[in-house]
Amino acid sequence: MFSRKNSPRPIASRAPFGLKILVAGVLLFLYCPFGIILLYAFTTEETAFTFPPPGLTFDWFRVALFNRPDIFPPLLLSIQVALVATTVALVLGSLIALGVSRAKFFGREAITFLVILPIALPGIITGISLRSAFGLFGIDFSFWTIVIGHATFCIVVVYNNVIARLRRTAKSQMEASADLGADSFQTFRHIVLPAIGTALLAGGMLAFALSFDEVIVTTFTAGQQTTLPIWIFSQLVRPRQRPVTNVVAVFVIAVTFIPILIAQRLTQDSND
Amino acid sequence: MATLSPTQPPAPSVVRRLSAFFSKHPTLVLILLLAAPLLWLGVIYLGSLGALLLQSFYKLDDFTGLVVREFTLDTYKQLFTQSNLDIVTRTAAMASVVTLACALLAFPISFYMARYASPSGKVVFFIAVTLPLWSSYLVRVYSWKLILAKEGVVGWFINLLGLQGALDAILAVPTIGGPSLSVSMYGTFLAFVYVWLPYMIIPTYTALTRVPRSMLEASADLGARPAQTFWRVILPLAFPGVVAGSIFTFSLTLGDYIIPGILGNSAFFIGQVVLTQQGTAGNIPLAAAFTVVPMFIMFVYLFIAARLGAFEAL
Amino acid sequence: MNNASNSLAAVRFEHVSRHFGEVRAVDNISLEIYDGEFFSMLGPSGSGKTTCLRLIAGFEQPSSGKIYLHGAEVSGQPPYERDVNTVFQDYALFPHMTVEQNVGYGLMIKKVPTAERKKRVSDALELVRLPQMAKRRPSQLSGGQRQRIALARALVNRPRVLLLDEPLGALDLKLRQEMQVELKDIQKRVGITFVFVTHDQEEALTMSDRIAVFNAGHVEQIGTPAEIYEHPASAFVAGFVGTSNLVRSDVAQKLTGRAQMFSIRPEKIRMVEIGTPVQDGWTALEGTVREVIYLGMFTRYLVALEGGGELTVVRQNLDETSMDVLSAEGKRVQLTWQRVFDRVLETK
Repeated sequence: MFSRKNSPRPIASRAPFGLKILVAGVLLFLYCPFGIILLYAFTTEETAFTFPPPGLTFDWFRVALFNRPDIFPPLLLSIQVALVATTVALVLGSLIALGVSRAKFFGREAITFLVILPIALPGIITGISLRSAFGLFGIDFSFWTIVIGHATFCIVVVYNNVIARLRRTAKSQMEASADLGADSFQTFRHIVLPAIGTALLAGGMLAFALSFDEVIVTTFTAGQQTTLPIWIFSQLVRPRQRPVTNVVAVFVIAVTFIPILIAQRLTQDSND
Repeated sequence: MATLSPTQPPAPSVVRRLSAFFSKHPTLVLILLLAAPLLWLGVIYLGSLGALLLQSFYKLDDFTGLVVREFTLDTYKQLFTQSNLDIVTRTAAMASVVTLACALLAFPISFYMARYASPSGKVVFFIAVTLPLWSSYLVRVYSWKLILAKEGVVGWFINLLGLQGALDAILAVPTIGGPSLSVSMYGTFLAFVYVWLPYMIIPTYTALTRVPRSMLEASADLGARPAQTFWRVILPLAFPGVVAGSIFTFSLTLGDYIIPGILGNSAFFIGQVVLTQQGTAGNIPLAAAFTVVPMFIMFVYLFIAARLGAFEAL
Repeated sequence: MNNASNSLAAVRFEHVSRHFGEVRAVDNISLEIYDGEFFSMLGPSGSGKTTCLRLIAGFEQPSSGKIYLHGAEVSGQPPYERDVNTVFQDYALFPHMTVEQNVGYGLMIKKVPTAERKKRVSDALELVRLPQMAKRRPSQLSGGQRQRIALARALVNRPRVLLLDEPLGALDLKLRQEMQVELKDIQKRVGITFVFVTHDQEEALTMSDRIAVFNAGHVEQIGTPAEIYEHPASAFVAGFVGTSNLVRSDVAQKLTGRAQMFSIRPEKIRMVEIGTPVQDGWTALEGTVREVIYLGMFTRYLVALEGGGELTVVRQNLDETSMDVLSAEGKRVQLTWQRVFDRVLETK
């Protein structure tokens, strides 16, 4: 039985053809819907979406911009909410990350769990919980009730980015700074802040994108107010001027894609 | 032995003294750092979850339409009626099938990314996979409405291929079928798989990248054929990642009401009931009790997932 | 050189302990480091040497005991108030700053005027022979260059004590040997106390004025390199510093008639033909060469003794070729050494 030499098989460095086909298929699956949205922003049909579209026009962009004033208040509200929620998330998320990275302490795991919970549990739970708490304490729906919901699930995005960066920043750097005469505040300003700067920026951008687009929690915390996603949702059942919805959707995609790509860039640069 | 160090600074500033005070009291610093965020998450978020639980023990007075704020199990009794249990079963079944489909679709691409893509290719793939995740959820769901509608892309292809008969047969299946793909469980299923797929790809990919190449070489060196290496080394090591991903796909499906609303037939899911009960019906206690179901299911799921080592793979 | 005649020790430990939970990283250590000396803390990993260094720097506070720097007690003082600077094992250069900014960091914090700061930074870079690297980022430097920058960053503050935490550990052998000479040279020029942590006994022997040998949170022995090497105070020191043949007391009883454990350095043993006459004051034993390890400059022989036990013998390859030394395997030989080189060790 020793006669047959069991030589190590070379490990293929090129993917099998079948696997490549599968990968291409999944990518197509992920991106084809964006193409469809884009396509129907240019269709000449007003009420139905037949394929292929009977004709193409740029007219809906003009209509969206000049003839549909109902788009802009929700857009403005969404931007305001996203800005405020992102700010709150930036502060709270980085505070937790700084605290958790400082030391091992009792309850640290529980805190990490608590931060992840708002996105690990279905959004509807966060939504209905806040809704019932507002109801219980007689709090009226307002700009701030939306912000509270958004900030709660945005914290984790900032936290994740900052804690990842802090883990990669050697503890010896803070020690070196103290060793060279810097007190805690100086070390924070000269060493910690520059180290987590891009992570904060990236986390902030992701939080913005997440908030700008959120609909599930918002439905429960907005009351009669309309954010842009809620506006889109309401448009889906309306029969008239349907391509305008697509125009807004294309805009939303652009607004979320750009900060995400920048955020990816920011986290990538400092990985080496 | 009182000797003055020659470089002793003349008088430490307030900031310095504060810093020295902090460095002697690390616990105080920790408390200061964590107080605000823990107040937020602990009081506002956990408090709301508590409020939700509390509400589920109230009930709606059928005559006045007002919530009666006293402890009762009536709302839970209402929850355990046959039609409501059907909704729970339907939602859980959908969540399971969606999770399974996501796992099957995510594995090949994660494997390709981890194993064959070049370092820069990995970055591109990673962005390509995460980009849909962050971009408008509503818009992505909406796009499936366009794709699956009778006169939409899929319909056009089916006509082109002359498969109309087959489509009609599929749509005629009771309970999961419907008048068109966009108004059936098929549509619901497809949209769910589509929107949650990135949540499955990322942890699976992460788990696979943690399998060092030398381990595959060791397996080959010990005589395993590629298929054996795959089944006996790669798959077991990637499994916690798949479980981690399934937390998201399962949980998110359980609570969603947008997708069945836009793409489903008239069969209700948990999320829709919660929405209508709290909204038009004004029955917050029943909505709350309904939400306790996915919460309970998720806690059991998280417990099992933790046992399977999924949290290390997150 | 430097001796206890100096009125104040640069660093003094009085019964210092540092416990991490159950682990006694540093266990009741008392020691003095003299002003201006090159002092090494030598020991295996986990022996407490790095914790001692961190106690001096102020990154750790003692669980009990007192630490003095130049006569002043520093317990409870944060690192930024201590007149010591550290060269970190991973160098801990700030990646977002240039070399110049890194080196000038301590001066910037102390609000040293710009002109003077510039001058001192360029002097420090001159000292480590990297003046042309001022504008580079740490990521653009080689390991050896980073090490020098870390040294410059610490020295530019003119600390009274410089702490070095295995600073040469990440460098390759050639570079390490160069840096050993250079570090010693710099220390002589700037004349400040160096406290050097290492697990490399050769490094410690090469550079130090005095060495403290650490083991399991204790100091086993403090002394000059020669003292440590020639008069190891314990079996641990004998084994850790250089190679030693440790002869257990029961074997010693058979070999020499004394039931006391002793150590004998391999280079002190001569390997001669059987029957060579034995001089007065010499021990002679017979054995068989079990293994020959040819190491180029010298050869290591493992000799199994007739009376049981085994001794390692090292011989410089003065006249022999590799063929000659390798043919010694299996030969019966006589081992002799002067009894004065026996180091009788206390059995614990």
